[in-house]
Amino acid sequence: MSEARRPTRTVRVDALARVEGEGRLWVRMRRGRVEEVRLDIYEPPRFFEALLRGRDFREAVDITARICGICPWAYQMSAAQAMEDACGIRVPRGVRDLRRLVYCGEWIESHALHVYLLHAPDFLGYDSAVHMARDHPEAVRRGLELRKVGNLVMSLVAGRSVHPVNARVGGFYRVPTREELQSLVDPLRRARDLAEQTVRWVAAFPFPGLEREVEFVALRHAEEYPILEGRIASSGGLDVSVREYEEHFQEIQVPHSTALHSLLHGRPYVVGPTARFNLNFDRLTPSVQDLAREVGVVPPCRNPFQSIVVRSLEILYACEEALRLVEAYEPPAEPAVDVQPREGVGCAATEAPRGVLYHRYRLDASGTIREAKIVPPTAQNQRSVEEDLRAFVQENLHLDHRQLTWRCEQVVRNYDPCISCATHFLRLEVVRE
Amino acid sequence: MRARRPKLAVWKFASCDGCQLSLLNCEDELLALADRVEVAYFLEASRAVVRGPYDLSLVEGSVSTPEDADRIRQVRKASRYLVTIGACATAGGVQALRNFADCQEFLSTVYARPEFIRTLERSTPIADHVPVDFELRGCPVDRAQLLEVISAFLAGRRPRVATHSVCVECKRRGLVCVMVAQGTPCLGPVTQAGCGALCPGVRRGCYGCFGPAESPNTASLARAWSQLGATAQEVARAFRTFNAAADAFRAESERHERG
Repeated sequence: MSEARRPTRTVRVDALARVEGEGRLWVRMRRGRVEEVRLDIYEPPRFFEALLRGRDFREAVDITARICGICPWAYQMSAAQAMEDACGIRVPRGVRDLRRLVYCGEWIESHALHVYLLHAPDFLGYDSAVHMARDHPEAVRRGLELRKVGNLVMSLVAGRSVHPVNARVGGFYRVPTREELQSLVDPLRRARDLAEQTVRWVAAFPFPGLEREVEFVALRHAEEYPILEGRIASSGGLDVSVREYEEHFQEIQVPHSTALHSLLHGRPYVVGPTARFNLNFDRLTPSVQDLAREVGVVPPCRNPFQSIVVRSLEILYACEEALRLVEAYEPPAEPAVDVQPREGVGCAATEAPRGVLYHRYRLDASGTIREAKIVPPTAQNQRSVEEDLRAFVQENLHLDHRQLTWRCEQVVRNYDPCISCATHFLRLEVVRE
Repeated sequence: MRARRPKLAVWKFASCDGCQLSLLNCEDELLALADRVEVAYFLEASRAVVRGPYDLSLVEGSVSTPEDADRIRQVRKASRYLVTIGACATAGGVQALRNFADCQEFLSTVYARPEFIRTLERSTPIADHVPVDFELRGCPVDRAQLLEVISAFLAGRRPRVATHSVCVECKRRGLVCVMVAQGTPCLGPVTQAGCGALCPGVRRGCYGCFGPAESPNTASLARAWSQLGATAQEVARAFRTFNAAADAFRAESERHERG
């Protein structure tokens, strides 16, 4: 029966795999037209914004880390910098460089997890990296080795890779010696080579077609590829300071999600590696730019399936940047600057592996948190995931049940969604009526 | 013919994913482990799902919704051994801070339409709902301890996991006591070992992420903290983080919360 005459068709997967956290997806079609698309996020809410109230401003760094085990440093950095903003201090260059170094480790660890263990199996037709390892053992080992180097950078400087213990408002508890950091040079050089191989490996994958007009949002910094700071920029011409974030972005609640949706002037938008890449290509190192051109993935990259190539290019960048920071390292005079609380509001946005992560806190004069607001990247991408699914399913009604379901999962995984961050659980369900 | 490999399942409840990630962080051992066991249910890593029963279930996260209270009973029924991993599963996690507050008020702080959200008033450890064969502590769990626990259950023996305090690990590492030498308040004397004394290693006080050690003298430690100048509220908050609902920490925090 042709799709146009088919009154109903149902595809469903009850638990979406290879994402962080859990949720469900629902697409309903009637007579060959997609009627409704829903990304159900039912991860149990954990109420971080509420439980932060009444805590001391110094405690947010360790508490917000627990929002996400994959990108805790991102939370720690947005929290620490928001508190420093509230208290009117800036950390010295050495402390900032060290924070950027740990962040590079987190990008490597998180991106390699997604590229190798969560996303690549979709392109090659395997249920998991363990299944993929039977036919592609070197590739999986390369991914694990990359993750190991990312984790090593984090644990050497920050104590451990999941919920680091060495971050504080004002800096660190202890900073490494030059010699300690030098031990990262060889592993990072090796990781750099592995990252280059990764880019070439994923660039040869078959990419399903999918292009939509979307607005990309990322930080933009005067000199650097954005990680710790920058202005908030968009492909639609937005250019505002972090302080103005809430004047342009609104969070709304929908019945089917425990994660709030975020909109820019009422429109969906995309954050994450592809947004950073499209808006900051000129800030990448020449070697990363050259490799991007060589494999044919250059801005504007609009096919979300190619995010795996962009993520791999960012691994390469993070390895090169980490090497630069290690080689230039001079231990700061003090591991942290003294921070005295004051009444006021502070905010910060950093580039978590999955995109812009915004924190705002209101403190009283004693430094007690009175109000907290956290906008994680996955919450911002939710609406775009739904839009991608709508567009993809509409163009691919000819696929059989099994293929369409798997491709829909892959469309969701293109965003490396972190549902724990966004506060919730995800389940895939496609209904054709 | 190859013997049947034991079936391993990994389940997630309310959590940050960090403890499951600790399993994926075993970069050198992961493929060897996947050879020894059949990864039968591990959604974060695989879309292939093998039906139960499972020989070993690792459970991350706490119970905080009515659905999850039902689901953990199904998991228990399908599992020969059930091991909980991490502070959420063993003590309710950071989300158990709601147990000390008005949950409805928490809901309306975060959500404009609280009626869309289904949640329980309290976040509770797995052992409050079903029998648990072993509890592995930590926020997050330690990788080496996790591998020890998995190996032990596969070999049919008890895991060798120390229940003494972090102080022993500091002495073993030759670290100078941050509390005695620097006057930095530290939860090490009442916190279970396992992390390798990470915080004293960077010259900060332990913040208790592995939960209470065996027979902790929390009252005595709280007195030592006040001698170092900590206020009652600071003492209460120190016991009230990632293992806030663990009995010893909960009781000590309640003794101080009203100052």
